[in-house]
Amino acid sequence: MSILINEDTTFIVQGITGREAVNLTRECLDYGSKIVGGVTPGRKGREVHGVPVFDTIDQLIDHNGGAVPDGSVVTVPPGFTKDAVFEAIESGIGLIVIVTERIPRRDVAQMVELANLRGARIIGPNCLGLVVPGVAKMGGIGGPARNTEQAYQPGQVGVMSRSGGMTTEISSTLTAAGLGVSTAVSIGGDAIIGSTYAELMPLFEADEQTEAIVIYTEPGGRMEAQLAEWVADNDSRLPIVAFMAGRFMDDEEMKGMSFGHAGTIVEGKEDTASEKILRLEAAGIPVVERIDEIPDAVKAKL
Amino acid sequence: MRLFEFESRQIVKDAGIPVTNYGYALSAEEARSAAAEIGGPVVIKSQVLTGGRMKAGGVKFADTPEEAAAHAAEILELEIGGHMPRGVLVDPKAEVEQEYYAGIVWDGTRKQPMMLFSDMGGIDIEEVAEQHPDHVGRGHFSNLLPFSDFQAKQVIAQTGVTGSELNRATPILAALARLFQTCDMTLAEINPLARLSDGRFVALDAHMDLEDEARPRQKALMAQLGIPAEEQREAHEATPFETAVTAIDSADHRGVIQGKDAGFHGNIGLVIGAGGGSLTLTDAVRSQGGKPANYSEIGGNPSVAKACGLAKAVLEKDGVEKIAVMMSIVSNTRVDIVARGVIKACLDLGKDPGETIAIFRIPGAWEEEGFKILDHYGVEYCDRSVSMHEAARRAVEKVQGAAA
Repeated sequence: MSILINEDTTFIVQGITGREAVNLTRECLDYGSKIVGGVTPGRKGREVHGVPVFDTIDQLIDHNGGAVPDGSVVTVPPGFTKDAVFEAIESGIGLIVIVTERIPRRDVAQMVELANLRGARIIGPNCLGLVVPGVAKMGGIGGPARNTEQAYQPGQVGVMSRSGGMTTEISSTLTAAGLGVSTAVSIGGDAIIGSTYAELMPLFEADEQTEAIVIYTEPGGRMEAQLAEWVADNDSRLPIVAFMAGRFMDDEEMKGMSFGHAGTIVEGKEDTASEKILRLEAAGIPVVERIDEIPDAVKAKL
Repeated sequence: MRLFEFESRQIVKDAGIPVTNYGYALSAEEARSAAAEIGGPVVIKSQVLTGGRMKAGGVKFADTPEEAAAHAAEILELEIGGHMPRGVLVDPKAEVEQEYYAGIVWDGTRKQPMMLFSDMGGIDIEEVAEQHPDHVGRGHFSNLLPFSDFQAKQVIAQTGVTGSELNRATPILAALARLFQTCDMTLAEINPLARLSDGRFVALDAHMDLEDEARPRQKALMAQLGIPAEEQREAHEATPFETAVTAIDSADHRGVIQGKDAGFHGNIGLVIGAGGGSLTLTDAVRSQGGKPANYSEIGGNPSVAKACGLAKAVLEKDGVEKIAVMMSIVSNTRVDIVARGVIKACLDLGKDPGETIAIFRIPGAWEEEGFKILDHYGVEYCDRSVSMHEAARRAVEKVQGAAA
């Protein structure tokens, strides 16, 4: 099994005629994903790798005989993202992956609030999506199908990462060690994201294939503290191993700077790498220093 | 983007929140006339984008316009935490009965803005929250539904404030919450919010951060505050390296490169990527005993020219003899293009790529082609079977071996 998507999941691409979206569509189709249409306002009637393009999601649903797609990958410019996501949510789409970066927090918060009202889930923004190895992928995660196959083999470890690229590096390491990956989710690098570690944990908990969790974390925000609290409050069957990048940002000279992702800006005392490591370890989550230590740390917990 | 106090006060004032009748001065002479107009004791406050003004001598009291001018002259020349002041604020010395705190921040866990109010103002709110939790009121508010004043009232009432004080403070916190939304702030604080001897409330200091991502749609506010579109407000002034990398990046739309070297003093040049990969690799080099000369990020499939430009900028830094070219597994960026770029940088500078590139560890798209080119120039490279930390170790060993 898997979380969020499976072999039957249908999705659309909003902003499908953009350069990156065209590549992403090709990569997902090659990997076996079911893309049932695309939307770019004013581009109705075109095709992208055989996928029909519409002006509105309503038209797309009509074209498909009233079938509402399960998900949408949103790759429109930051100023238009909120509107696109609102359109997806109000069309009844339940899973929305937002690839776009540099969206103001107020817009993200509004999207999340509407999603919560309507029972939809958002992954991202500023993410590469998710992949169920050997089954389907939703977003640019892992790149071309051939590269995705090389890095992601089916297995027992669920991966969640604030960095899209590091999702692949970690999964490749787990694959090489024979552990493999159940579902890998690039959750996004922004200060406010649709689904945090703690919010995805119940899904992994319910997934029989998943037997352990690996997370990639960074300075900034309270997401790791929230996970530590979740672990303390829930008697989870899943052991978790964490990797913390950006320890150098704790240096006095680096104060007030952000590196890598917008979300790494340290705004409070709990946000630093060292504080997070303390919290995670207090919750029984080992924090390894090197990516190549992850497989042994996972095996020790299985 | 952090705003100066005089800008934050302007925003607060425009939102209808009462402020003192302050003046803003760029010279001692202007400070003198501002003080004369106020007529009475004043406070001269340095306008710098850093904390600790009071401690550094950037805040002084004056009884006469002459004294105000003298203090302003001093403060305008006083560097605080590496920043020169933009100007000085001349503020009437207020007859304060009590100080309060009013602030709005983002709560990333709830994914909503949060109001904070305290009847113990004038000091750090985190300290109050730790030592006197019953003196801090909190409340989240929606981004979809319109804000209503009762939400602010509830937060203030939590601290036990009642009577006319509650009724006077409520519209102030409500206005602050509304401007936080409309101006795309990530932080909006009034500290202290003062109750004067006549019962009026005024904002005596304000601190605001506007979200960088929202600048494109806050053009009207920027124009109103007189902030040019190109003005950057980083934690420090851009270094020559940082300026050079920014110029290389904007010269070509393909891919993205970034470079930072403020706070880095080492001898290993880092040509690394992408976001999370760069954080991981910078840590990896340090944990192996290496000292990075810079931080950088390559992403989004840059051109040969861009990869070359970044590598050159790093190699031209003082004390950098060798570079480590490393990334997490790439799927979008092409390995062969980065390889061509960094080799070209060495050749352009008359350096031997095999000697200069301590290690090349970029696995992924087009790696076979890339490795062929690296072979040709005798550059040590590795694929994904060599971990990021092991690659960093090899680079550190070579650089330190050469230096010894």
